[in-house]
Amino acid sequence: MDLHMGLLSAAIWLPIVGGFVVLAVGDRAGSRPARWLALVFSLLTLLVTIPLFTGFDTHTAAMQFVERVPWIPSLHIQYYLGIDGISLWFILLTSFLTLLVVISSWRNVQLRQAQYLAAFLVMDGLMIGVFCALDAILFYVFWEAMLIPMFLIIGVWGGPRRVYATIKFFLYTFLGSVLMLVAFLYLYFHSGDSFDLLTFMKTPLSAAAQIWIFLAFLIAFAVKIPMWPVHTWLPDAHVEAPTGGSVILAAVMLKMGAYGFLRLSLPITPDASHQLAWLMIALSLVAIVYIALIAIVQQDMKKLIAYSSIAHMGFVTLGFFVFTQTAIEGAIMQMLSHGFVSAAMFFCVGVLYDRMHTRDIHAYGGVANVMPIFASLMMLFAMGNVGLPGTSGFVGEFMVVLGTYGPHPWAAIIAATGLITGAAYTLWLFKRVIFGGVTRAEVAALSDLDGREVLVLGSLGVLVLLMGLWPAPFLEVVHSSVQHLLSQVSVSKIPS
Amino acid sequence: MWIFDWLNALPPLWVYFLIPLAPLAGSLVAGLGGWFLGHRAHWAPILGVTFAFYLALFVLLQVLHGRTFYGNVYTWGVFGSLSVPIGFDIDSLTAIMMVVVTFVSLCVHVYTIGYMHDDPGYARFFSYISLFTFSMLMLVMSNNFLQLFFGWEAVGLVSYLLIGFWFTRESANQGALKAFLVNRVGDFGFLLGIAAIYHYTGSLDYRTVFAEVPSLVGQTVSILPGHPWSVLTWIALLLFIGAMGKSAQVPLHVWLPESMEGPTPISALIHAATMVTAGIFLVARMSPIYEKSATALSVILIIGAITALFMGLVGLVQNDIKRIIAYSTLSQLGYMTAALGASAFSAAIFHLVTHAFFKALLFLAAGSVIHAMANEQDIRKMGGLARSMPITYVTFLIASLALAGIPPFAGFFSKDLIIEAVGQSHLADAGLAHVFLVLGALVTALYTFRMFFLVFHGQPRMDEHTRAHLHESPWVITLPLVALAILSVLTGWLLMKPVGLGGFLDSSLRIQPTFDTVGAIAAHWHGTAAFLWEGIQAWPFWLAVLGIGLAALFYLVGEGLPAPLQRIVQPAIWVLRQKYGFDVFNQIVLVRGALLLGRRFWHWGDQALIDGAMVNGSAQLVARAAASWRRLQTGYIYHYAFVMIIGFVLFLTYFTLGRG
Repeated sequence: MDLHMGLLSAAIWLPIVGGFVVLAVGDRAGSRPARWLALVFSLLTLLVTIPLFTGFDTHTAAMQFVERVPWIPSLHIQYYLGIDGISLWFILLTSFLTLLVVISSWRNVQLRQAQYLAAFLVMDGLMIGVFCALDAILFYVFWEAMLIPMFLIIGVWGGPRRVYATIKFFLYTFLGSVLMLVAFLYLYFHSGDSFDLLTFMKTPLSAAAQIWIFLAFLIAFAVKIPMWPVHTWLPDAHVEAPTGGSVILAAVMLKMGAYGFLRLSLPITPDASHQLAWLMIALSLVAIVYIALIAIVQQDMKKLIAYSSIAHMGFVTLGFFVFTQTAIEGAIMQMLSHGFVSAAMFFCVGVLYDRMHTRDIHAYGGVANVMPIFASLMMLFAMGNVGLPGTSGFVGEFMVVLGTYGPHPWAAIIAATGLITGAAYTLWLFKRVIFGGVTRAEVAALSDLDGREVLVLGSLGVLVLLMGLWPAPFLEVVHSSVQHLLSQVSVSKIPS
Repeated sequence: MWIFDWLNALPPLWVYFLIPLAPLAGSLVAGLGGWFLGHRAHWAPILGVTFAFYLALFVLLQVLHGRTFYGNVYTWGVFGSLSVPIGFDIDSLTAIMMVVVTFVSLCVHVYTIGYMHDDPGYARFFSYISLFTFSMLMLVMSNNFLQLFFGWEAVGLVSYLLIGFWFTRESANQGALKAFLVNRVGDFGFLLGIAAIYHYTGSLDYRTVFAEVPSLVGQTVSILPGHPWSVLTWIALLLFIGAMGKSAQVPLHVWLPESMEGPTPISALIHAATMVTAGIFLVARMSPIYEKSATALSVILIIGAITALFMGLVGLVQNDIKRIIAYSTLSQLGYMTAALGASAFSAAIFHLVTHAFFKALLFLAAGSVIHAMANEQDIRKMGGLARSMPITYVTFLIASLALAGIPPFAGFFSKDLIIEAVGQSHLADAGLAHVFLVLGALVTALYTFRMFFLVFHGQPRMDEHTRAHLHESPWVITLPLVALAILSVLTGWLLMKPVGLGGFLDSSLRIQPTFDTVGAIAAHWHGTAAFLWEGIQAWPFWLAVLGIGLAALFYLVGEGLPAPLQRIVQPAIWVLRQKYGFDVFNQIVLVRGALLLGRRFWHWGDQALIDGAMVNGSAQLVARAAASWRRLQTGYIYHYAFVMIIGFVLFLTYFTLGRG
C-alpha cells in the first residue's frame, strides 16, 4: 500500500478532531491543557502536510494523493480528494498559519481560550478540505462549513461592532455561495449525474450556459476575494476580528475565491472566461487603482491593511484573466506571498494592539525608539507589502505585469501604478506609526517583542525573504498544473 | 601583480561572487551584532569593503588583460519558457564601476568612524552603508534585467533608510518618504520597460536581448491608437523614466535636495558618487538599445541639458551647504545625461568617475566643516574657516576647482569632453543643449565659489562659542579627504584617453557610426596636453574663470550682491527660491489630489454608494429577520449553521426522493 494514502484525510480530520478534543478539555482546569493540546494538534497537522510537498511529483499535472470513496451513492456524491500544483501551497500555508495563530494566541486571549483555539483547529481542517475536494458537493460542504468557525471567531471574540460586521460577512458570503450551489446542480445534470469536478471540466457546455455558470461562480468567488464592488464587508470584518481571525481571513480565506477561479471557473467555463475577461480585467484594475487610493487615507491600521489586501488581490485576478503562463503563475505567487505578508502585517498590528488597545494610526508614532526589533521586522513586511525585490511580494506583481504586458499593454500600465500607490500607503503608515519622536507616554512605555512574538514574526520573515530571493522552488511546483490549466482554458467547450 | 596571485587559483565565479558578499557579510555582522559590538561595529564592514575593493582591483586588472566574464550563479526562477538567473556580466564598464563604488565606499566607511562617532545608531549606520555597497555591486555586476532591478530597488531601499536615519526628525522622515515615492514613479517606467523587453525579445538576459535588438528595428507599437511608435524608442524611453528617477533628472529631481536630511557620509556615497549615477550606468549599459532610437537620444539630451543648467541656477540661491552641493550634483548628473543623449557614453562614464571622486570629496569636506561648526549648515553663519581647518580647506578647494572645471583638475577634462561631444552632435535640439551646457559652466563656477568664499574666507560670522571650538577634524576624517583629493587631481589627466575617449570601454558599448561624437573628437586627437591647450582657449573655461571672478568680487571682496544688481535680479531670485514651483505643484496637485480622490472614493463610493445604498439597504431587511429569529434562538450564527444543515438535508431528500 502506498505510504501516501490517507495523507489528505489526515490533514483534514486531524485538526478537526483536535478541535473537538480541545473543546472537550475546555478551560475548566485553566487554559494550559487546552493550549498545549491545540499546539500539538496544529503541529501534527503541519507535519502531516509536509510529506505532501516532499512526495509531490512536479512533472505531472494529474491529481496526486488521490482518495476516492463513494459517499452518497444514490446521488453519485463522492468523498473525492486530490491535489495538484495549484492547491499544494495553500494547504501548507493553511496548516502553517494555524500553528502560528495558536502560538500567537498563547497569552493574549483571555476569554474562553479553549473554544477560541478549537475554532481555529476546526477551521484549519475545513479550509484544507476546500483545497483538496474534487467533488462539487464535498467542496461546497467544506466551503460553507469553514465559515462557521470564522463567524464565531468574529462574533464572539470580535470588537464592539462585531454584530454588524458578522451580518455583513454572513450576507455576502451566503448569497454568493447559494448561486454556486445552483451552478453545481446544473452541471450535475449536464455531466450525466456526476459531481466530479474533473468531469465538470470535460463536460461540453453551450456558450449561454457557460456565461450563466461563470457569473454564478463569479459572485461566489468575487465576494470571497473580495473584488470591487463587493468588497466592503472585508474592512469591517477585519476591524472587528481578533488578530488570529484577521490573519486567517486575509492569508487563507481570501485565497479561496481566487482558488475557485482556478479550480472551477477557468477549466469548467473556458469560453465564458475568455468572453468575460474584459470585465474581470476591468474589475481587477479598479481594485488596484481605486482601492489603493482609499487605502492611503485610512486612519485605522487594520482597515488600511484590509484595503491593501483588496488591492493586492487585484493583481491576482488580473493575472488569471490574461491567460498567459507567466501571469497565472505570478498570480499564484502573489496569492502565496500575500498569505505571508498580510498575515505578518496583521500579526504586527496585533502586537501593537495587545499593548495599546487601539488601532488608530494617530495614537502611535516613534515606536522604533522603544521597539527596535519589532520595527525592523515590520520594515521587512512593509517592504514585502510594497513589493520590493528580494521580498516575496515582488515575485507575483512582477510576473503579473510581465505576463499582462503582452496581451494587454494598457492593463499592465494601469496595474503598474500599484507600485507607486502601494509604496505610498504602506510607507506612510510606517512613517506615522514607527518613525518620529515619542510624544505619548503610552508609546514610551511599550516593551519590545517577547520570544513568542519573535518566533511568529521571524518565521514569516524568513519565508518572505526566502521566496523573494529564491522563488524557483515555489514556482516549480505550480508549473505543470498551470500549463495544464492553460491548455484546458484554451480549448473551446461549446459543442459544435 | 603578486598581491593578486593567489586569486588566480580560484574559480572566477567565486571571486566575482565574493565581491558583493564581503560587504553583505560586514553588514550582517554590524547589523545583527551591533547590540554588543557597540563602537567596534565598524571592523567587519570595513574589512568587508576593503576586501571587495581589493578584489575589484583584481577584476579590473583581469579585464585589462581581456579576461571578461558572463555567467550565472543560480536560477532565481523559471516562468513560462523563461529562466531568470542571478548572474554576472563582468566587462570594462562593470569593472570601472566596481572599483569606483568600492573605493568611495571604503573612504566613506573610514570617514564614518569619525563622523558618526557619537551617534547612538553607530552600528546600524555601518550595517546600512555596507548593505548599500552590496546592493550597488549587484546592480552594476548584473547580467540581466531582473537582477538589475533588484539592485536598483535595493539601493533605493537603503537610500530611504539612510535619509530617514535620524528617524525622530520629521523632516528626515518626510525626505525619505519623498525619495522612495519619486523613485517609485521612475520604477513604474522601468518595470514596464522590462515587461516590454520581455514581450518583444522573450528574454531578460542582456546578451540575448541585445542580440534581438536589430530584429526590432522598424517594428512599431501603438500605445495610443493611431500613433505608431518605434518599439525601441518606447522601450528606451520607459527605461529612461527609471533612470530619471534614480539619477534625479527633471522633473523627477525633487527628492535629491531633500535627501540631504540624511547624515553627510551617505550624501557623499549614495546621493553624489554612486547610487544617483545608476541611471547613467543603466543607459550606458543599454547602449545597444538607445543607439537605435534617435528620438530617445534627443529626449535624453535635452532633459540632461535642462537639468544641468536650471538645477545649477537653483544652487546659486541656496544657503545650506549641503543643499548647494546637492543642486550641484543634480546639475552634474545633467551633464552626464546630456552626454548619454549625444551618444558620448564614454564621456558620461568618464565624468561619472571623476565626479564620484571630487563630489564625494566636496561632500566629505563639507561634512568636516559641519562637524567643526557643531552641525551648523548655513553658510551665512560661517566664514573665515580656512585658518582653523587647513586640510579641509585645501581639499575643499581642490574639489571646488575640479567641479568648476579648472585645469588640470579632473572635472575639467570630463566636463569639457561632454560639452565638446554635445557640440558635435547632429540630433535635434543639440544646438540648444550645447548652449545650456556652456552657460552651465559659468553657473557651476559661480555657485561653487560663492560657497567656497563664504565658508572659508571673509569675517567669521558664527557665534563666539562655536568659534572657540573650531578645529581640524581627526585623521579618520582627513585621511579619506586627502585620498580623494589626490584622485580629484590625477584622474582627469590619467583617464582622459583610455576612459573618456572610450578605448577601454569600447567592448561594452555599441555606438552607431553616425552618432559617434566621441569618435569625431578622437579622430582629431593630439594628446591630452593638446586637449588641455585647446580647452583653455574655449568658452567653457573662460566662463568658469568669469564665474570664479564674479564670486570673488561679490563674496570675497564685496559683501554679497551690490544693491542695484540685487534689485534687478530680484524676480529671478524669487523664481529660483521657489525652485520653479515643482514642489508646490507636487504637493498641491499630486499629493493633495491623491488624498482628495482617496477620500472621495471612500466616502462617496464605498460608504455612500456601495454600503449605504446597496448593502445596508438589504442588510436592514435581513437584520429585521435576524432580530425576530433571535427571540427563538440565542444567536444567528448557530442559527445559520442549523439552517444550513437542515437545508442540506432537505436538498438531499428532495433529490433522493424526487429522482428515485
